[in-house]
Amino acid sequence: MSGKHINLTLKVWRQKGPQDKGAFAEYQAKNVSEDASFLEMLDAVNEELVAKGDEPIAFDHDCREGICGTCGFVIDGEAHGPMKSTTVCQLHMRNFNDGATLTIEPFRAKAFPMIKDLMVDRSALDRIISSGGYISANTGNAVDANAILVPKPDADEAMSSATCIGCGACVAACKNASAALFTSAKISHMALLPQGQVERKERAIRMVGAMDAEGFGACTTTGACEAACPKEIQLTNISRMNREFFVANVTKRPKHKDGGAG
Amino acid sequence: MSGFLGSTVGKKYLMGITGLIWAGFVLAHMAGNLLIFVSHDAYNAYGHALTSGNIIYVAETVLVLALIVHVFCAISLTKNNREAKEQRYAVAAGGKKKVSLASRTMAIQGSLILVFVILHLITFKYGTHYETTVNGVVMRDLARLMVEVFQSPGYIAWYVVALILLGFHLSHGVGSTFQSLGLMEGTYRDTWKKLSYTYAVVVALGFISQPVFIFLNGN
Ligand code: HEM
Ligand code: SF4
Ligand code: FES
Repeated sequence: MSGKHINLTLKVWRQKGPQDKGAFAEYQAKNVSEDASFLEMLDAVNEELVAKGDEPIAFDHDCREGICGTCGFVIDGEAHGPMKSTTVCQLHMRNFNDGATLTIEPFRAKAFPMIKDLMVDRSALDRIISSGGYISANTGNAVDANAILVPKPDADEAMSSATCIGCGACVAACKNASAALFTSAKISHMALLPQGQVERKERAIRMVGAMDAEGFGACTTTGACEAACPKEIQLTNISRMNREFFVANVTKRPKHKDGGAG
Repeated sequence: MSGFLGSTVGKKYLMGITGLIWAGFVLAHMAGNLLIFVSHDAYNAYGHALTSGNIIYVAETVLVLALIVHVFCAISLTKNNREAKEQRYAVAAGGKKKVSLASRTMAIQGSLILVFVILHLITFKYGTHYETTVNGVVMRDLARLMVEVFQSPGYIAWYVVALILLGFHLSHGVGSTFQSLGLMEGTYRDTWKKLSYTYAVVVALGFISQPVFIFLNGN
């Protein structure tokens, strides 16, 4: 690939581990192809660092196709960088000006403890999922796809909520480090479908409980999460989560003292 | 229910409901005050009618309790939110992912509004008690006090600033309430937002018009 090439100055957050204080270090990224992705640009910087015997910059990545949710850091204060609906692995260097200085930081949230450099531990999101982000289904033969009818608008809405890849950019972008967008996308996705009805109320109560217990902040409706989300998860999911949680709390039935399997 | 109110979502329900109670009050208060443009007598008679019955005590109690709950939740959530974000970014978002100033500064606006509300009560509700007679009834001459207070440019400046802050707080707050209460769904999302802005502008401009008019007019 030929195409244009640019030069950049990078201020990258370097931190050896959770105990290290961490600081910015400056690097020059020279002759970067505009067709390269942001991660490919960092790969090249890392190769130079390794060649010099320095420690490469640690960052998370996996699919590099914008579908797995593993990558993610902050460029000039914006989670996943300046482009909307884009993960850093799908962010191309043509979106940056020649000669620019970019400040690169890890996702910041108390619930995302530091691992190293640009890598943080996002397992708090996994624990929110395991608290209630599942449905009960009978085993046996797969049922016919259309056996359970779902209205098209509900199917569409559930599908768009389901596209969340769990990257945590919403938390990173939020001034309160709130995980409301993520949690609400998961709650919505299942609350909208017939298969999700069995655990619907339990799920809302448990997942909101898990979200609070992990130390994420509350939602102030700034919309920073929605702007940062690479999957365009809508802020309205949070409204739905609040309603699900409210209704679940006020209509919860007491547990039976006796009975059970009979 | 304690589980609900102890959660971040439950506290937002409380903030939203108490915020809406105050939002209803400030709209009514602003509209009532417009009577100052009709005549001093009309304004005083309106104030007298409001404070004559027992309803005033019910209304005041509701408002005070609502404000206490609102501020309590604001402090609790804001503290929690700050702790959840121990470290901020070295560079603030400045591009497409930047969010509105009003939404980022709710706590600061709210704190200043609280100061304003207290000072406002001291100045007016507990201020000098002038008397006047309207249609043979002796009543408090609040219009005279209002005109007196609004002769000072410094006071007017602070008043205008405080009301602009209130406008900011409401422009984000009212819309956000629909979100918090679980009513911000697809179709009406933009409608609620527009309603919120329009409401905030009407309230802020309505209030600001009064001292400015009095100051320019001399009475
Ligand atoms: C007096 C001191 C006040 C303080 C300290 C205060 C503080 C706050 C804070 C921090 C929030 C944002 C909470 C969050 O989203 O995390 C908020 C929201 C709000 N405030 Fe206030 N506020 C005050 C007065 C008022 C008044 C007088 C009104 C109405 C006239 C009002 C109406 C609202 C509304 C409607 C919301 C939105 C609630 C929501 O998002 O659900 N506030 N306030
Ligand atoms: S809601 Fe968006 S930003 Fe948040 S985890 Fe899911 S995909 Fe990432
Ligand atoms: S590496 Fe999989 S989404 Fe970026």
